[in-house]
Amino acid sequence: MVGIEQEVYEKKYKEYLVLTLADYQEGLKEGKLLGLKCNDCKQYTCPPMMVCQRCGGMDLEKTELKGEGELMTFTVIRVPPEGHEAPYIPCMVRTVEGPWVIGRLDYDPDKATQDLCGKKVRMKGAYEWPGDKFSGGPLLCPLFELAE
Amino acid sequence: MRDVAIIGIGHTKFGRSEKKTNIELQNEAAMMAILDAGIDKKDIEAVFQGAVFPGFEEGQVMPGIFSNSDLGLSPVPCTRFEGACASATVAARDAFMYVASGRYDIVMACGTERALIMGTPYATRTFAMGGHSTTEGPAGLTFPGVFAMAARLYSRNYDIPFDRTLECMAHVSIKNHKHGALNPKSQFYKKLGNLTVDDVRNSRMICDPLTLLDCCPFSDGAAAIIICAADIARKYTDTPVYMLGNGQGAGGPLARIEDITKPPSRIYSAREAFKMAGLSPDDIEILELHDCFTSAELIALECMGFFDWGEAAEATAEGQTEIGGKIPTNMDGGLIGKGHPVGATGVAQIVSVVEQMRGDAPKGNQVDPVPEYGMTDTLGGDFGTLVHHILGRSKRRK
Ligand SMILES: [Zn+2]
Repeated sequence: MVGIEQEVYEKKYKEYLVLTLADYQEGLKEGKLLGLKCNDCKQYTCPPMMVCQRCGGMDLEKTELKGEGELMTFTVIRVPPEGHEAPYIPCMVRTVEGPWVIGRLDYDPDKATQDLCGKKVRMKGAYEWPGDKFSGGPLLCPLFELAE
Repeated sequence: MRDVAIIGIGHTKFGRSEKKTNIELQNEAAMMAILDAGIDKKDIEAVFQGAVFPGFEEGQVMPGIFSNSDLGLSPVPCTRFEGACASATVAARDAFMYVASGRYDIVMACGTERALIMGTPYATRTFAMGGHSTTEGPAGLTFPGVFAMAARLYSRNYDIPFDRTLECMAHVSIKNHKHGALNPKSQFYKKLGNLTVDDVRNSRMICDPLTLLDCCPFSDGAAAIIICAADIARKYTDTPVYMLGNGQGAGGPLARIEDITKPPSRIYSAREAFKMAGLSPDDIEILELHDCFTSAELIALECMGFFDWGEAAEATAEGQTEIGGKIPTNMDGGLIGKGHPVGATGVAQIVSVVEQMRGDAPKGNQVDPVPEYGMTDTLGGDFGTLVHHILGRSKRRK
């Protein structure tokens, strides 16, 4: 009879993800920005993915980023999608470790002007979106505040 | 690979479809293209379709197979393509490949959408699904939000005063609405044709700094093209338009792209298309690009190589993207002036370039002399899918 014994077959099976989205979200809930450090190029990956975002290497370990960085750009959403209440400020932050992350900025939307771009920011926690019938449950993103 | 030609075009009026379903809109565009090509519809061997949200709009998946049935094309295959707002352009690229490879001689590429039926909050929610749900979803990011962020970054990258950046962006809206108002198929036909910078800046704020007039509308509509092997094209038409080159690129989560004014997916896709066609931006005489938002047009022009980094803004304000300028862009009105039924847009852009090459574009929008080479650029999601087609009035240079 051809084929492989179930026990042998099961032993051959392996999964490779070092940090799942659920782990990342759990970290945010605790106020931590989790990511990966690459043992090949020593650079950082955040949010998590299968391989190093810089060199594509697979030798990764879980790490915590400082949650500090520069506000690269932002917008004030006045017309939101169903399930969100405007106004609010999504932003892109370049972390001190290198990766850019998407988050929300805790700031008065009516006072948010272009000169915010370039300011130092730090993570003050997470914004938790309860989610909707499409999102597969609640989702979190970093919540930033000005550090200067 | 064989040479491939477009021999038939169909394009419904864009705007609100009060009565016709996605399937019926698709049927209209398909019938226009079949009659324009003068083929026997039984000669169509396969259909390639874009349709982004039919499940959310009408509770319908696989709309294309029902169109096939309604048109009497069954049982030839129909496949729906995924690429968010670039779905139809992806469909046209694969349709090209099936003919170029010799598998089929005559096929149809098409697309349909009925987004207005969803209403703005629900439509904004479904459109945002084209972004990365798990990192961009909780931030409440929307597509106008993404291009608002891109506008701020653009101003900062190139040290262009923010107010001046917004003025230059307004010129994109002014130009595209001017030409949309002249296009009988556009959502804003005979409307908004004489905007000023103040009109654009003072319209309702959507996502700071993008106002309503910086944004394309939600739209309903459909488009279709008939594609065949170049060696039989002249059996059907005296004005075949050849598909000389194409490219496609994939992006990723927005944060991982980092500088979103230079998305690698678009640069890669455009270069692939130019390489395949053996042409450069200097050869292109009509360009239909994905102006979902005013800032998007500037970014697209630079990524494709029509202007250096940071120069598309002033070039636009100077009229370099108008008729008589360096590269007439979106002379059908673009997404901003003509409308953006997402599942149809890519094929609708190709239809507009073919019209230009036949000399059949509406007065005021037709480039004179008739362009020899044209190009389309379509974006799906926030740089998730990029597709380019280069078209010409003569076959590929060997
Ligand atoms: Zn690495």
